[in-house]
Amino acid sequence: MTAVLEISGLNKSFGGIKATDDLNLSVTPHELHAIIGPNGAGKTTLISQLSGTQQPDTGTIRFQGQDITQIAPHKRAHLGIARSYQITSLIMQMSVIDNIALALQAHDGHSFRFIRPARGIKSLRDRAMSLLDRVGLADKADLSTAALSHGEHRHMEIAIALASEAELMLLDEPMAGLGLEASAQMVDLLLGIKGKHTILLIEHDMDAVFALADRISVLVYGHIIATGTPDEIRSNEAVQHAYLGEE
Amino acid sequence: MQKLTRRGWLTVIVMALLAVLPPVFYLTGNAFYLDLATRLTILAIAAVSLNLILGYGGLISFGHAAFVGLGAYAVGIPAYHWLYYSWGDWAVNGLVQFPLAIIVSAVFALLTGIVCLRTRGVYFIMITMAFAQMVYYLIVSIEEYGGDDGLVIDTRSELPLINLDDPLQLFGLSYVSLLVAMLLVRMIVNSRFGMVLQGAKGNEERMISLGFNVYAYRLTAYVISGAMAGYAGALLGNFTTFISPEMMDWSRSGELMFMVILGGVATTLGPVLGAVSFIVIEEILSTITIYWHLPFGLMLIGVVLFVRGGLAGLLTGRGGKDD
Repeated sequence: MTAVLEISGLNKSFGGIKATDDLNLSVTPHELHAIIGPNGAGKTTLISQLSGTQQPDTGTIRFQGQDITQIAPHKRAHLGIARSYQITSLIMQMSVIDNIALALQAHDGHSFRFIRPARGIKSLRDRAMSLLDRVGLADKADLSTAALSHGEHRHMEIAIALASEAELMLLDEPMAGLGLEASAQMVDLLLGIKGKHTILLIEHDMDAVFALADRISVLVYGHIIATGTPDEIRSNEAVQHAYLGEE
Repeated sequence: MQKLTRRGWLTVIVMALLAVLPPVFYLTGNAFYLDLATRLTILAIAAVSLNLILGYGGLISFGHAAFVGLGAYAVGIPAYHWLYYSWGDWAVNGLVQFPLAIIVSAVFALLTGIVCLRTRGVYFIMITMAFAQMVYYLIVSIEEYGGDDGLVIDTRSELPLINLDDPLQLFGLSYVSLLVAMLLVRMIVNSRFGMVLQGAKGNEERMISLGFNVYAYRLTAYVISGAMAGYAGALLGNFTTFISPEMMDWSRSGELMFMVILGGVATTLGPVLGAVSFIVIEEILSTITIYWHLPFGLMLIGVVLFVRGGLAGLLTGRGGKDD
């Protein structure tokens, strides 16, 4: 089985700091692969290189066999890579449903269409509504995005990632800033998605990671020191030393 | 027909007043007010076009007067050659001049937009202004067309059915053009294209990661906006029958920005309200004192600081968003 995502020899430095250090990783179809690591381990830098907003110094990124290292971010989205943000990144001035409809519109041909009102396109609206239903926000569809809570924003992020029907979803700390209850809801939501998409999950919340992940990779100083099932990671000495023990 | 909102009613009332009052003034012997109305109507078209990129696109262009000026020169220069170099009658034909104004402005918008839109924030403001000043100095340096002193347009554009020498007909054309411009921008911003443009204003990075080539959409909007401003310039040339580089000075671009912000960004009516109040207040204040810029400036600062959503927001009691 070919890997959905194949990263080899990835390096990225900022000044003297190696944020990504000879990183190798392979993500197989439909697995939920979590990346954990202490603060400053280079998790978000990795996601940025995968989505294309940052360029690696050396190394290659292959998506479904194709080398995408040099491909522009918006083109990667069309190949089938969706990303959610650690810091909520929504269009606050727009309504909730407009945010989701825009995400759907991105994958519905070009948008150089000037005449028909976008809010009147039933196919987009209906699909946006069913996505909101899936993440439990159907009753807030017409509210301004700015009026929703942080937890609801996190759910919108997932709905937008789902909207692309992407083969690979890059989720950057979906639990960030969520309370216990909201985190539990998010875990339920992700459990519902799991198995239908390939998910690369970056997360600080250990309970969530061990509840969700098929495999876990541990990132320390930009380098992956171990990859394995949750049980293997739990019992890995190097991991305990480098990361879990410190917490 | 769909039910009109409060903002919708306001738009209908303002546009109806703008249609009726100036001709009434004119027919009752106050020709000056029709002149004033024609000027503000034409400037409103330019403001509406600026609102597309500034209000809905979040692109703070500080060089919009250049498009207006280019549009005016697209009328003036052929008319000049018609008079002194015996070019054919096609040179003063409106069906040649107006499309020429649109094309020249659109091409200028495309060429400068390709460069400008690679920058962000303050740099975008500065570079749009720099390109506009470039055109300003270019025109100043061409002595053939009057340079600094400007150029008199001896003959207004000749159009079928309409005689632009008649002030009422010129106003009528300007007014209809404004209506069309408003409806056009409204249609564009509500379309798929408009949603992308507005989304990129709210969160550019998100739009790119969704898969939108934000640059291409912005460039398209920039060209549309420039072309509309060029059309307004062609009307302005016909109205003033005198054009000079001063039309594209950076302070003129600033005035257009003020109209949009004063009236209410990202609203259909805002730029029109802005243009009306700007011209009317300027007119009133300048009859009271020659130092009218000072109270005028203070009023503008007051509106920007205290009235969210500009005059359109103030009059309908809600800030910001359009219906």
